[in-house]
Amino acid sequence: MSILNKVIRSVVQVMPDQAPDELIASNRYLGRSINRLNGPDKVTGKATFTADYPVANLAHAALAYSTIAKGRITSIDTKAAEALPGVILVLTHENAPEMKVPKEFGDGSSNDAGTTQAKILNTDHVSWNGQPIALVVAETPEQAEAAAARIHATYEKEDCVTSFEAAIGDAKQPKAIMGEDPEVTRGDVEQALSQSAARIDLTFTTPPHNHNAIEPHACIAQWDGKDDLTLYDTSQFTAGVATTIAQVFGLKADHVRVVAPYVGGGFGGKGGAWPYIQLCALAARETGRPVRLAMTREGVFRIVGGRTPSQQRVAISADDAGKFLGFVHEGVTAQSTHNHFPEQFSFPPRHLYSMEAYRIGQKVTDLSRVANTFMRAPGESIGTFAVESGIDALAYELKMCPVALRMRNEPDADPVSGSPFSSRHMRKAYEMGVERFGWKSRPAEPRSQRDGDWWIGQGVATGTYPVYRMVTAARVRISADGTAVAQTSCQEMGMGTETVQTQHLAERLGLPMSKVRFEYGDSTLPYAGVAGGSSQTVSVALAVQEAGAKVLKELLALAQKDERSPLREANFEDVVAKDEGIFWRVSGGGESYAAILSRAGKDFVEADHKTGAPMELLKYSMHSYAAQFCEVRVHALSGEVRVQRWVGSFDTGRILNPKMAVSQFRGGIIMGIGMALTEETMFDDRTGRIMNPSLAEYHVPVQADIPDIEVVYTNEPDPHTPLGAHGIGEIGITGVAAAVANAVYHATGKRVTSLPITLDKLM
Amino acid sequence: MNSFSYARASESPDLAVALLNENQGRYLAGGTNLIDLMREEIETPAALVDISRLPLAQIEEREGGLRIGATVKNSHCAAHPLVRDRYPLLSSAILHGASAQLRNMATTGGNLMQRTRCYYFYDTASRCNKRTPGSGCDAAQGFHRIHAILGTSPHCIATHPSDMCVALTALDATVQVTGPDGERSIAFGDFHRLPGNTPHVETELRAGELITAVDLPASSANLPSIYRKVRDRASYAFALVSVGAALRVEDGRIADVRIALGGVAHKPWRASIAEQMLHGAEPTEANFRQAAEAELTPATPGHDNAFKVELAQRMIASVLQELAEVKA
Repeated sequence: MSILNKVIRSVVQVMPDQAPDELIASNRYLGRSINRLNGPDKVTGKATFTADYPVANLAHAALAYSTIAKGRITSIDTKAAEALPGVILVLTHENAPEMKVPKEFGDGSSNDAGTTQAKILNTDHVSWNGQPIALVVAETPEQAEAAAARIHATYEKEDCVTSFEAAIGDAKQPKAIMGEDPEVTRGDVEQALSQSAARIDLTFTTPPHNHNAIEPHACIAQWDGKDDLTLYDTSQFTAGVATTIAQVFGLKADHVRVVAPYVGGGFGGKGGAWPYIQLCALAARETGRPVRLAMTREGVFRIVGGRTPSQQRVAISADDAGKFLGFVHEGVTAQSTHNHFPEQFSFPPRHLYSMEAYRIGQKVTDLSRVANTFMRAPGESIGTFAVESGIDALAYELKMCPVALRMRNEPDADPVSGSPFSSRHMRKAYEMGVERFGWKSRPAEPRSQRDGDWWIGQGVATGTYPVYRMVTAARVRISADGTAVAQTSCQEMGMGTETVQTQHLAERLGLPMSKVRFEYGDSTLPYAGVAGGSSQTVSVALAVQEAGAKVLKELLALAQKDERSPLREANFEDVVAKDEGIFWRVSGGGESYAAILSRAGKDFVEADHKTGAPMELLKYSMHSYAAQFCEVRVHALSGEVRVQRWVGSFDTGRILNPKMAVSQFRGGIIMGIGMALTEETMFDDRTGRIMNPSLAEYHVPVQADIPDIEVVYTNEPDPHTPLGAHGIGEIGITGVAAAVANAVYHATGKRVTSLPITLDKLM
Repeated sequence: MNSFSYARASESPDLAVALLNENQGRYLAGGTNLIDLMREEIETPAALVDISRLPLAQIEEREGGLRIGATVKNSHCAAHPLVRDRYPLLSSAILHGASAQLRNMATTGGNLMQRTRCYYFYDTASRCNKRTPGSGCDAAQGFHRIHAILGTSPHCIATHPSDMCVALTALDATVQVTGPDGERSIAFGDFHRLPGNTPHVETELRAGELITAVDLPASSANLPSIYRKVRDRASYAFALVSVGAALRVEDGRIADVRIALGGVAHKPWRASIAEQMLHGAEPTEANFRQAAEAELTPATPGHDNAFKVELAQRMIASVLQELAEVKA
């Protein structure tokens, strides 16, 4: 941690807290299972996703990809492609106009959203197998794809490392992991490991994963002259894409507009400005036509990165009461030779358990592969697999219940920073999960339950994900017709953003939901950061709250100036927004927004507001927690694993919309079951090439793999977050793979330490 | 995808054969595999002759058995009362394959013509003797966890992906074809080929020949049977190993046993060695295991798929044991 950070942290410790949000328990709309507002449009096909925009005179682009991992293109033959009917333009490194390499995605505090430092098309150098080497524009998508398939390149290969196993020895410690120290230590951990009643020392591996949102990446680019560009893009970071594409083409950032009202799933894969966007814009500029580039599923595998592979060591020792003495969590992830993202797998144990001595840290190694990126709970998903599997193994060594062992080591304050927790109800989450799952009737012995040819087992693991809040701007307007609108450039990838923010705005202003509207998904609206880090809901809520307060103050000022207003004597502290207007908190008198505005002769009042930095994150240890319980069956002969029961118990602050929240939790658990049992990107180490770039061969779970998933939650509001809420998009996947692995151990007595847990590992 | 010409033959198989011979292309039925392969440019026919509306979509009783027309949809075949009643192995195998949507489109003849799911066959940047004869095989030293362990050659270790064909092999089906030189029958076990040094030649069909029906004989009707498929997820995944087996025991001895394997070879694999050992033997666990081991003795797995040898043995033995217990 930098000295500046340390200074800020110490100053923040003595700063007073903000008063808890007054809506923390308000429940007119908040806390209710309101149906998704855009649900009917989605299921009837009315919702306009990126590739659906009707744009006149549209041309279509397709890409050709390199077939080597590193080297130079010695020749590229485009004649056959150019000769095909309908082909308008073919661009390669030989004729592509210069584009600037944009700045890489940072720590979330800037708008930079570049995904690779490799030049795209402007070089004969190849940095990964799958790098775009040609861009084709044609009258139809089929013509473009056919032409792209006819582009033939020859290469001079260069030596490179594509194998993670081969690169582990070259791993280095980065300066920082998401702004945190790459390694934290306390005490003599080796001594603590050697002198203890029980200990485990296991090495875990997790494979690379790729993004497979239901909507493949797509973009439509339309230029207005040479300096103004509109992009429809499947983005979870409209502002970042605008800034990045402006960097690429040397434009002013506010001359690039990015529109993304509907996005068919993001999961982190649409957080960066992947190269297809700039290529689509280039195609449009060079042809003078609007151009659509809708990626194929294979194309998404080739140019959009996914989750890093990892190798993690977990060594834990305990005294005979189960108290952790020594705790080691260390290992290696991969990034590429052309990007920088050391995925933060070592974060979970920094905040989960009391430890006498510890060494927790990580290194990163560089591969000649497509750049890695965020994928739902980067770090916490793979980190909890290793840590929570290790704790389970230790529980068997100690002959302790795995739940009891975790509760034995529940800390009073953050184990590394020493900060108080803002809101931690881990015990309650476990109690609720134990009760709902029926954990107490589970036999302690592994390999002790059999149903015909199937072994049965029950497993548990802790999940965790940090609370983040990003600086966000919003505009709130209240109009004389009694309606209100809030605007911010944030995005909706299906999480329910529009719905929950509409609930919030209505509750905040005391209006019915039918009279408020939430506008988003457009980079020209007030700034919101990436929809990532499970931070969007609270980040936007605070911006809307503070912009709303400004509007209310302005309305009150209008009333104060008016002899006829019942609010002319009121101060802001005396009033409350309710019943479509402003009213005295105590006596109840007041008047409607419409009355104030019409008497003042104004059509509306509006205000913009940008929130301050999240200082609360420096003062408190702020996290969400989960207790994941599952039951599996494992076929005694074939090793097939089937998950047959799941209970997820979550402690994630106040739940703002139970129906949508439970759906988010379930989605995370399902993705985690895929991570546990089937998902794996197959990079051929000889070529660095992905060999399963299709949903037929890249196995995500199907319906039949997923049991009923029960979800319970503590619903304990966090006094230090907007609305008392935490983001919940990522916590669901955390702990899942470990819970499955632990249940498999309980069923069979076999500890599988490498994901996915395929049947050949259990035969 | 390449440009191609398209013609539909609705009246008769002979018309389809004539159209194809004029145009040098491929027959198109459900298109569930061929269209995918054309999109990926693995197959680049200059012409398609659409046979989906030929009058070949009936299931009829014939000589005590059944004739299943070439364009009968897989879902229709699996649900047909005569199939479910007399050849439940076939129905079960079909329902273990693909997805409901695919089965609604896929046809009997098309299922026989499915091509492998080898990763390197599907990737035009890789070497594949099946796709480009003589280019080499990148699977041998690459990812081959899903690949063949029996009947392989140095040129190809791909598997045939069908579930339905495993049942048809076990049931001694016959493939009826017509072509430029007239009609003929091919025993199901002879229809698909082992790779040898011509892995691109996958069936015994001659140029221009069209499958018109698959016949099931009376001799394999009404046998107690089980189709067991082992795969990486519960649905919509190809078999790592599948076993289609039928067993009839008389007076404590095995009177009829049929065993076919999927996911282990370039063709649906009839386990003839195991069957021969078991004919007339007592239906004991030890005999089943011994026969299964003998069947897999010639296996030549690679580093990724060695588990299939033991898996196939276990599945053969357990399926037969289950059939024996049902009979007892």
